[in-house]
Amino acid sequence: MLNEYLPILILFIINIAFAVGIIIFSHFLGPRKSSAEKLSPYESGVPPVGDTRIRFSVKFYLIAMLFIVFDIEVVFMYPWAVIFKKLGLFGFVEMFVFIGILLIGYVYVWKKGALKWE
Amino acid sequence: MEGIIYKIVFYLFAVLTVGSALVVVTSRNIVHSAFALLFTFFGVAGLYVFLSADFLAATQVLIYVGGILVLILFGVMLTRKVFDVKIFSGAGQVFPAAVGVAVIFFLLATVIVKTPWHLVGERAMEPTTAEIGKLLMTDFLLPFEVASVVLLAALVGAVILIRKEVRPPKVD
Repeated sequence: MLNEYLPILILFIINIAFAVGIIIFSHFLGPRKSSAEKLSPYESGVPPVGDTRIRFSVKFYLIAMLFIVFDIEVVFMYPWAVIFKKLGLFGFVEMFVFIGILLIGYVYVWKKGALKWE
Repeated sequence: MEGIIYKIVFYLFAVLTVGSALVVVTSRNIVHSAFALLFTFFGVAGLYVFLSADFLAATQVLIYVGGILVLILFGVMLTRKVFDVKIFSGAGQVFPAAVGVAVIFFLLATVIVKTPWHLVGERAMEPTTAEIGKLLMTDFLLPFEVASVVLLAALVGAVILIRKEVRPPKVD
């Protein structure tokens, strides 16, 4: 059974090897000529202004929470999709009800203006 | 040969999980802790795969790695002082703490040793996702649909908690 996961494992190994390899190669091969400009933190090409550790707007948090709700919705769709062909029309309607209820929430969020960024 | 590779990979995942969990607990920098938590979640997902719980592993990656961790990072960034926070209080309560920990350790160890664990044996490990889907769509249809109502409540709650009502300016 675990053999099915072998491609994922190989992908992991390649990823890690690639990431580590890039760092090692650039460490040993890259030229190092540092100047004041190069060592300063990059901020879209202009000199950095103020503290880096600012407090983020709470709006980010709202977006993240909305994301998680729909993330969970997708998780429910996963086992449904696996057996979708066996379920036929009945399963289709079931998932439609599920998504329909969440669609109400989506419309609510939209109408409340929570997706606007001002 | 195959068995040895399984064991090596399993222990790699176990070390990844426990090691990064240690970093989560001991790091002085909350952002470092949050990122170490990423590897803990990931390691746990790997362990789920070894338990033949493929749906759980997918859920772990999708929700915990993809969602909860982002939420935690945003939560960290919402606070002002996240770097070099002094976690240790000045009061040295080493002795009471040691006693408490020892009691809890003894209790847990006793439970682990005394419980008659049922071994599954050599039953073939099957992917579980299709079976979960079948049950979710038949026997547990009502909880499945109720779950969407719970998610709806979460959506509405998030908006009400965070969002101030913004009315469009009246045009007179």
